[in-house]
Amino acid sequence: MNSETASTIDPTPTDWSSAAMQQRIKKRYAAERRFKAIGLGAILLSASFLLFLLVVMLGNGFRGFTQTELPVEIDFPALTNGAQASQFEGPNAESRIRSLGVRDIVNGSIEVEYGNSGTDLFSPNAWTTVQTAILGNPAIVGEKTVFYLPVEAELDVAYKGSGNPEAEKKVDKLDDRLSTGFNFNFMSNSDATDPMQVGIWGALKGSLITMIITLALAFPVGVLAALYLEEYAPKNRYTDLIEVSINNLAAVPSIIFGLLGLAVFLNLFGLPRSAALVGGLTLALMTMPVIVISGRNAVKSVPPSIREAALGIGASPIQVVFHHVLPLALPGILTGTIIGMARALGETAPLLMIGMRAFIAKPPDGITDPSTVLPVQIFLWSDEVNRGFVEKTSAAIIVLLVFLLTMNAVAIYLRNRFETRW
Amino acid sequence: MNDMVSADIKGNEKLVSPDDPHQVVAGDGPPKMTTRNVDVYYGEKQAIDNVSIDVNLDNVTAFIGPSGCGKSTFLRCLNRMNDTIPIAKVSGDIKLEGEDIYAPQMDVVQLRARVGMVFQKPNPFPKSIYDNIAYGPRIHGLASNKDELEHIVETSLQRAGLWNEVKDRLQDSGTALSGGQQQRLCIARAIAVDPEVILMDEPCSALDPIATAKIEELIHEIRGKYAIVIVTHNMQQAARVSQRTAFFHLGTLVEYGVTTDIFTNPTEERTRDYITGRYG
Amino acid sequence: MPNSGTQHTVKAFDTDINELRGMVAEIGGRSEQAIAKAMRALQKADLKLAEEVVKEDKLIDDLERRIDELTFQTIALRAPMADDLRELIATFKISGVVERIGDYAKNIAKRVPVLAEGKKLGPVSLLPSMSQVASELVHDSLEAFARRDAALAEDVSERDQVVDDFYTSIFRATITHMIENPKDIGQAAHVLFIAKNLERIGDHATNVAEMVYFASTGEQMPERDRGENPADILADPKQDGSE
Repeated sequence: MNSETASTIDPTPTDWSSAAMQQRIKKRYAAERRFKAIGLGAILLSASFLLFLLVVMLGNGFRGFTQTELPVEIDFPALTNGAQASQFEGPNAESRIRSLGVRDIVNGSIEVEYGNSGTDLFSPNAWTTVQTAILGNPAIVGEKTVFYLPVEAELDVAYKGSGNPEAEKKVDKLDDRLSTGFNFNFMSNSDATDPMQVGIWGALKGSLITMIITLALAFPVGVLAALYLEEYAPKNRYTDLIEVSINNLAAVPSIIFGLLGLAVFLNLFGLPRSAALVGGLTLALMTMPVIVISGRNAVKSVPPSIREAALGIGASPIQVVFHHVLPLALPGILTGTIIGMARALGETAPLLMIGMRAFIAKPPDGITDPSTVLPVQIFLWSDEVNRGFVEKTSAAIIVLLVFLLTMNAVAIYLRNRFETRW
Repeated sequence: MNDMVSADIKGNEKLVSPDDPHQVVAGDGPPKMTTRNVDVYYGEKQAIDNVSIDVNLDNVTAFIGPSGCGKSTFLRCLNRMNDTIPIAKVSGDIKLEGEDIYAPQMDVVQLRARVGMVFQKPNPFPKSIYDNIAYGPRIHGLASNKDELEHIVETSLQRAGLWNEVKDRLQDSGTALSGGQQQRLCIARAIAVDPEVILMDEPCSALDPIATAKIEELIHEIRGKYAIVIVTHNMQQAARVSQRTAFFHLGTLVEYGVTTDIFTNPTEERTRDYITGRYG
Repeated sequence: MPNSGTQHTVKAFDTDINELRGMVAEIGGRSEQAIAKAMRALQKADLKLAEEVVKEDKLIDDLERRIDELTFQTIALRAPMADDLRELIATFKISGVVERIGDYAKNIAKRVPVLAEGKKLGPVSLLPSMSQVASELVHDSLEAFARRDAALAEDVSERDQVVDDFYTSIFRATITHMIENPKDIGQAAHVLFIAKNLERIGDHATNVAEMVYFASTGEQMPERDRGENPADILADPKQDGSE
C-alpha cells in the first residue's frame, strides 16, 4: 500500500474484515489446531508406550508372585510319637524342632498321599515351609494339619500354562488337587538355585544400601561443587574448562565408570569385590556430574535481588549462600538428584564390571559384604535355563519399578514441600 | 566573610579551599560520611568522575540527575556494594565516621550493617515477616535472647510504620504483603541492624502514590536518627523529602546545595535546564 | 540569570508561558493607553473620552482575571521549578498591580468632568509631564518583564524618584494655591488626588520592576535611596506660606 508521495503513513484505515484478513485468520486457527493435535498425539503415543510396558510387565510378573500348591495331610501326633507343643517353646526350641526331622515327616506324609515318587512332585525345599510354620506356632505339633506345599518348578510352569508335554500330563492327572497360592517368600528370600525358593530381598537390600551410599557421596559433593562454581569461582579459562569437563562427564557411558571402579577401587585400593561400598562409590562418580549441572542451573535461577538484599543487610558470602541461595535452589537441585538417582538405580553394566554379579544366597549385613542389586539380579535370572525363572524375572522387574516409583514419590514430595515456601 | 556564617544563609555558597574543593553548605554540622575525589570505572568506561560530597545526620540528601548519570553507582560506593561487580574499580577517599571504608581492617560485612540499603524493587526474603526482620540481628549477634530479638523486631516495625498492619500476622510470608508494605518491610529490615546511614536507591519508583506518600512520611520521621541518602528520578520527591540536593550529570557532581535553593534558584545552567524540563 | 532560550521538552508548557506573556503585554498596553487617554481628556476637557476610559477599565479587569486563571492552571499542571516558577509567581502579582494602575487611570478620568467645569488651575500644567514620566515607567517595567532585563528593572526603580519629585512640587504648589485661593479648594483637591494617583502609578511600576528583578535573578532588588518622604513636606521649616 505505497502512496505516491514520500509519506509513509497510509491515510486509509486498515480493513480488518477484508477477505485477505479472513483468510489469515482461518490459516492461523488451522495452524493452532494442527499444533494442538500434534501435541496431543505425542502425549497419547508416549502414554500408550508406557501403558504397553506396564501391562506386559504386570501380566508376566504377576504370576511370579504366585506358586502352585498341593495339599499334604500331616498327622503330627502319629509321626512324632506324641510330641507335645510345650517341648518346642523356650530358648532351645529351634534346635529341638530341627532335630525333630521335619523333613522326613513331610516326605513320609507325601509318599503316603501321592505314592513313592510323590516327593518328585514337590519342590525340594518344600519341607522348610512346614518347619517355618512350626517355629512360628509350636502348637501345630499337637494336631493333624493340612499344609499346602509348593510343587516343583516344572510342574509349576506347566500349571501356569507353558510347560513341557511330560509335565503337562502330570498336571492333567492332578488337576483337581492343584491350587494357586500367594508366594510370600518371594519378598523375604534371597537368590537360590530352585526358582520356587528364590526371593528378591537380597537384591533389594543390596540396592538400598548401594543407593544410600551413592546419595551420601554424590549429593553433598555435587551440591557443594555447584555452589562453589556458581558463587565463588572466578570466571576465567580454568573454570570454563571445568564446566566443559563436567558436562562431558555426565554424558560418558556408564560402563566406563565400571572400568574406573575396577581399576581404582578394586585394584588400587583393594576394596572387596562385589561389595555395596564399591558399587556405591562407582555410582556416586556417575551421578555427581548430573547433580552439579542441575545444581548450577538451579543456583543461577535464584534472582540476584535476593543476594543483593542479603548482602545489603550485612550477610557474609557464606551466609548469603546457605541462608538464602541454597533454600531457593533446593527444588531444582532435588529434581536433578531424582534424575541422577533414578539412573543410578537402574544401572547394570558398571556394577557387573566391579563384580556384583556373583550368586549371593544371603542378604548383605554391612557395606563390605558381597551383595547384588536389583538390575543385576534381573539380568542373572533372565540368563537362567530353568523356565521357572522367567516369571521371577518379570516379578523382579515389577519390584524394581515399585522401588523406583517410591523413590521418586519421596523426592517429589520433598521438592514440593520446599517449593511452597517461596 | 560574615555573609557566609550569618543566619540568612544563601545555600549555594560554595566554601572552597584550594586543597579541598568540594561543595558544602555553610552551617552544616560534622558529616557522617565524607567522600573525596571518588572515581569509578566499569572496565574502561568511567562512570564517576572526581566526586566529593558529604553526608550528614540531620539532613536527608537527595541525588538527582538524568538516567545514566552515575547517581546509583555513587550510592553503591558508600556501602561497597560495587565490590560485587568484578569489573568495577573504585578509587578515592570514602570515610564513615572518619574511618576509611576500604581500609583492610574495615570488615565489609559490618560496614554493610552500619550503612544499610533499600533497593528499587522491594526484595523481602521469602521467609516470614518476623524472620525477615530478625535475620539481620541474628547474624550480627545483636540480641542475646529471644525477648530482645522480639523487642528489636517490634521496634523496627514500629519505626517503619508497619507494626499495626502486621502485628497479628508476623508468621505470614513477607512476600504476601502489598508493594508498599514490602518496601516498608525492607526499610524495617535495614533499621533492625541499627545502622548509622541508610541508602535508598529509588525506593518509590515501583510504588503507587499512596504507598509513596507513606514512605516519604516515614523518611521524614526517621530523619535525624539515621543519615539518609536517597536517589530519585522524581524531582518533586527530591524536593519534598530532602534538605540537601546533589545534581549529577554524566558522572560529575554539577551542583550541591540546600534543596529549596536548588529548586527555586540554582546557580548552574545544567541544573536549571534539568529541573525545569529543558534537558534533552 | 537570563533564560537559556532552550525550549521545554514538553512543548505545551512553552505554549502556556507564551500565552501568559502575551496577556501581560496586553494588559500593560491597555493600562498605558488608559493613562494617556485620561490625561488627554483632562487637558482637552473631553468628557466623552473620559467616559471611554471608565468603560474600558472593565476590559482590564477581565484580562486580569484570565491571567490569574491561566497562571493558576499552569502552576497546578506543570509543577514549574526555578525560573519558570519565579516567572509565574511574578506574572501573578504583576497582573494584579497593572490592573490597579488601570484603576488609577479610571479614577483620573472620573475627575475630568469636575475639573472641566471650572477654570484651569496653575498646578494642572505640571500634570501632563508627570503622567508622561509615570507612563514611561509603566512601559519600561513591562518591557523589562518581556525581556527579563534586570538592569532595566533597576533603572525603572531609580527613575521613580522623578515621579516622586514631581508629586512633591505639585503638592506644594497646590497647597499654596489652596491657601491663597480658598474658593478653588474643591477643584484643587481633585488636582491633589490626580497627582497622588500618578505618584501611585509610579510606585506600582516600581513594584512591577521589583517582581521582574526577582523573576530574573532570584534575589530581591536592593533597597534604593528613597529621597524625601512626601509626608515630611509640610513639616519642612523652610516652607513659607506665601507664594
